[in-house]
Amino acid sequence: MSEEVQIDQEVYDRLIAEGKSERIARAKAKAASVRKGKVAAGQELGPKSPEENQQALAAFRERSGGGAATAGAGGGAATATKEVPASRLSPEERAARVSASLGGNGNGGSIGVPASSAHTHRLLALVPPAGIQQVQSKQQDKVYTWPHLLIVEFVALLAMTAVVLVTSFFLDAPLGALANPNLTPNPSKAPWYFLGLQELLRYFHPMVAGVTIPGVGLIVLGAAAYVDKNPSAKPENRKFANMAMTFFLVMWTVFVFAGSFFRGPGFNWVWPWVDGLFFEL
Amino acid sequence: MSRMSDFLSDVKKRREELKAKRPSSFGDVKTSVQDNVIWKSIFRPGSIYRKGYRDTSRDRALAAMNNVLYHLHPVKVKRHGLKLTYTYCLGGLSFFLFILLTITGIFLMFFYRPTAGAGSELAYLDMRNLSASVTFGHLVRNMHRWGAHLMVFTVFLHMARVFYHGAYKPPREFNWVVGVILLTLTLLLSFTGYLLPWDQLAIWAVTVGTEMMGFTPVFGKQVQFVLLGGVEIGPNTLLRWYVLHVLFVPFVTVIFLAVHFWRIRKDGGISGPL
Ligand code: HEM
Repeated sequence: MSEEVQIDQEVYDRLIAEGKSERIARAKAKAASVRKGKVAAGQELGPKSPEENQQALAAFRERSGGGAATAGAGGGAATATKEVPASRLSPEERAARVSASLGGNGNGGSIGVPASSAHTHRLLALVPPAGIQQVQSKQQDKVYTWPHLLIVEFVALLAMTAVVLVTSFFLDAPLGALANPNLTPNPSKAPWYFLGLQELLRYFHPMVAGVTIPGVGLIVLGAAAYVDKNPSAKPENRKFANMAMTFFLVMWTVFVFAGSFFRGPGFNWVWPWVDGLFFEL
Repeated sequence: MSRMSDFLSDVKKRREELKAKRPSSFGDVKTSVQDNVIWKSIFRPGSIYRKGYRDTSRDRALAAMNNVLYHLHPVKVKRHGLKLTYTYCLGGLSFFLFILLTITGIFLMFFYRPTAGAGSELAYLDMRNLSASVTFGHLVRNMHRWGAHLMVFTVFLHMARVFYHGAYKPPREFNWVVGVILLTLTLLLSFTGYLLPWDQLAIWAVTVGTEMMGFTPVFGKQVQFVLLGGVEIGPNTLLRWYVLHVLFVPFVTVIFLAVHFWRIRKDGGISGPL
């Protein structure tokens, strides 16, 4: 059993010529050579018909002289009560057959399960092809995460820490007067990332500007990944997508800038270089 | 008697031995620190802190595999992904800012009580005290504030870079959706924190924001009531937003970050090359 299976060179060459991978070609060529060997030995290939199965079963019972039914004496008592259809092997018969095929070595001839056990089957998984992860990995140009990536990350981390530290050293976070619900500042502005929306409030009903546009916007943004069916990631192949995104990003930036710097008291239009800034972070 | 002298000579011998072993240079100290069960139990094979780290492929691989943080990464990454101009580190920087905000935020929590209302304006007073009399309080508050604004910005730029690289295309569509959720969560984190200083800027910005949400169709008034903990902004709102800011939103964010990072690897690492 353990001798290396020969490769059917002819099949192998043909599969390679067809562009199959070396691994697949080797496996198929091995299978072909096994099949050839069986045919040469007069064995039949493929699954047996039900009649043939019945015959084989009867032949086996004949050979074991019915003794198999009483084989595993220990576990037999427990399982003997179970009805086994005549067309199938009873657990004891199965154990006897396994033991016979393994040459009846000391441990009852079974692999993993004692021959006398009622559990004479081993669990071998039947995996549908769809359940197997198909790994089609090409050779890629890769480098070790340590040190190459981790060093880059570390430098980025230091740079970002420096930026935050220096900014915090020279710029103070605002802290205005104590909150007073009765004293509305003029203008009252949302944080900068919502000022685009606040700007939209000037043009649309609040339900549209405050709820519909941001809500629909986020949903569309998320759905974009499913809507865009173009498989290419190259900029030259996706001019429309890039243009559309750029359009929205620019528009959004314009609205944020307008709301931030060009809106003053009463949220009316101002020119920052004339009227000054009405903006706090 | 002889037992006693045996014992004494044993002790003496042992002392000599130890003396001979006593470290005499930095290298010896390092070896003796690294060469014991405790050290070895902490630093797994491949750690650069472990004795005998060599710059071999094997140890480089183990360095990434055997460290809880580095393990976020695969052992090897695509070479093009290292180029600064591919990711601009924006995702990584967003994450780093999140960590920085967590650390500075925990510091701030030691000195802040989310209480407001006539006669007990603790939140606002604590903010004042933080700047005036807590060591590094002023600096840490600034870092938390600017870091938060910066994070909104880097997350936004990260999204743009992912879009322009088409990095959301199959199999990464779902991670894009996770990203959109993270963007929303980042904005919520920032916005809930905005109220906490309880100054004029804070409550009026939040008033403007929640008024917009009050226009949600059908449930508008209910949404606003839940968010404010009442019909108008007040002490209840502060407590509510404090809990959202320091616990709830970060908790949800961490979960989505975990999914985000996990999916990057399951989707075959960084996208590209273009
Ligand atoms: C809290 C916010 C976020 C953090 C911390 C974060 C973190 C990261 C990190 C570290 C990466 C690895 C690659 C890189 O650095 O560019 C990444 C990739 C990715 N992110 Fe984010 N991200 C966040 C928000 C977002 C947003 C808002 C989106 C999109 C709407 C997004 C979509 C993606 C996608 C699709 C990838 C895979 C990119 C590729 O394979 O090239 N992420 N993210």
